[in-house]
Amino acid sequence: MNIAYSTELICFLILSAVIISGSLAVVLLENIVYSAFLLGGVFMAVSGLYLLLNASFVAAAQILVYVGAVNVLILFAIMLVNKKEKLKPIEGLKTRKLISGAICGGLLVLLLRVSITTKWNLPGPSSIGEEATERIGEHLFTDYLLPFELASILLLMAMIGAIVLARRDISMPTNKIDNLKNEKSLIDKKIPLLSENSLK
Amino acid sequence: MNSGIDLEMSFTQGVQNLGLSQELAHLLWIPLPMLLVLIAAVIGVLVTVWLERKISAAAQQRIGPEYAGALGILQPMADGLKLLVKEDIIPARADSLLFTVGPILVLVPVILSWLIVPFGQNLLISNVGIGIFLWIALSSIQPIGLLMSGYSSNNKYSLLGGLRAAAQSISYEIPLALAVLAVVMMSNSLSTVDIVEQQNTAGFLSWNIWRQPVGFIIFWICALAECERLPFDLPEAEEELVAGYQTEYAGMKFALFYLAGYINLVLSALLVSVLYLGGWGFPISIDWFSSLIGISIDNPLVQITAASLGIVMTVLKAYLLVFLAILLRWTTPRVRIDQLLDLGWKFLLPISLVNLLVTASLKLAFPMTFGG
Repeated sequence: MNIAYSTELICFLILSAVIISGSLAVVLLENIVYSAFLLGGVFMAVSGLYLLLNASFVAAAQILVYVGAVNVLILFAIMLVNKKEKLKPIEGLKTRKLISGAICGGLLVLLLRVSITTKWNLPGPSSIGEEATERIGEHLFTDYLLPFELASILLLMAMIGAIVLARRDISMPTNKIDNLKNEKSLIDKKIPLLSENSLK
Repeated sequence: MNSGIDLEMSFTQGVQNLGLSQELAHLLWIPLPMLLVLIAAVIGVLVTVWLERKISAAAQQRIGPEYAGALGILQPMADGLKLLVKEDIIPARADSLLFTVGPILVLVPVILSWLIVPFGQNLLISNVGIGIFLWIALSSIQPIGLLMSGYSSNNKYSLLGGLRAAAQSISYEIPLALAVLAVVMMSNSLSTVDIVEQQNTAGFLSWNIWRQPVGFIIFWICALAECERLPFDLPEAEEELVAGYQTEYAGMKFALFYLAGYINLVLSALLVSVLYLGGWGFPISIDWFSSLIGISIDNPLVQITAASLGIVMTVLKAYLLVFLAILLRWTTPRVRIDQLLDLGWKFLLPISLVNLLVTASLKLAFPMTFGG
């Protein structure tokens, strides 16, 4: 066992421990803010795994997309609506927890069975390292052009939807606007600093 | 092209001559450049803080620090020492764990990004293939640290500052990445070394700033916004938010924010010089110059001169930009938050998209000048 191999092994063990314990904590912690921050940590550990597999571009993209965009948006949403309220105790919470736990355990057993019974082609193909960036680009614009374009159309739709939701003024009923105008004129009467008369 | 001096080769060979294995020699080599770059970053911050104090004083017709060392050059040291011995306060109702981790998460990605800053042909920690993309990815971790410290302080100003910082950072990252993408497209590589080499074919005439003037301006504006320098220092706007996300911080934790801000500024200036101003390149091509006076480029003397000249050039260009940033900070008013977001989304983003499109079409039309 040489130094490079043992370093890799130690890194792998640490990263997998972080991923497993982190994702368990994301699910099990009561405090939603902690869960969100830990999710970011898990994403970073996953990108560490990609680095170990010599896929540096995927690792950087993982950090950029998942940590820099997805996780920040989740945190943003949590902090903008950070209302501390007592949740009502739900009836039969224990049986619910048991059922969901059993389903997750079953899924784990299924995946373990797949990973054990499959004849993996070991050692896998050698990694292409720095060339990967070019290869990914090539594939995106040849073999995977259709999924790539479809994904971009999906994102565009989501963006337009967000704009429509954010611009509430488009679909505001007219009587509401009139009410608003009345209220505004009341305010203007109270504070006649810059009313139409003063401008004359 | 010359291959430059390979310090790593000579070091590992020297250690191997002492009777150690090649792996061990490599292992001994690894921390050396990291340590060197860390020290360089910290010294860069000290110089920048001194410059900031002196230039702001000049802008306001004061003298500035003058008793600590000649011309007050030791003032940043005194500042650092003061922050080091101050009491470390954690507010009673704050979340002490997140409160501590926040500043660290802000500082670490910035320092990690120094990995890709080249001071010469082989004078960088690691010439990773994804190069400049690594910096963009790492700088996207920072808003999490800011949100964390803003939230955990349990203070409305901190929370607002943290949210503003995250919003600003996300908005300006997109035009920044698009401006970088245009440069990457011209040099056919993400690696910072390749980007610089492609610019140093004909002295200063081949620098990217002539081919990417719009990209240069977009990048500089976005870099200032990412560093939260004054025209865009909304997250810590004193008059509105006390000090934003750093309101509750004191002592060394505050110093971490301070350090991260200045390291990020120096880093951004270095990257502008790498991407647009020819990096370590001298305004006149060294190859041409050495052939003019009739010395071979492989001559050790020429090599050492070229290497030190490269470091001097990189630092000089970066500090000219830092000077510009400081001057901007002390002479321009702050934009409003809605103006800031308008500028980012409605102006810089379309412009950078057009810039990318124009670069792509110019590359197809004139592959000789725009990199084929």
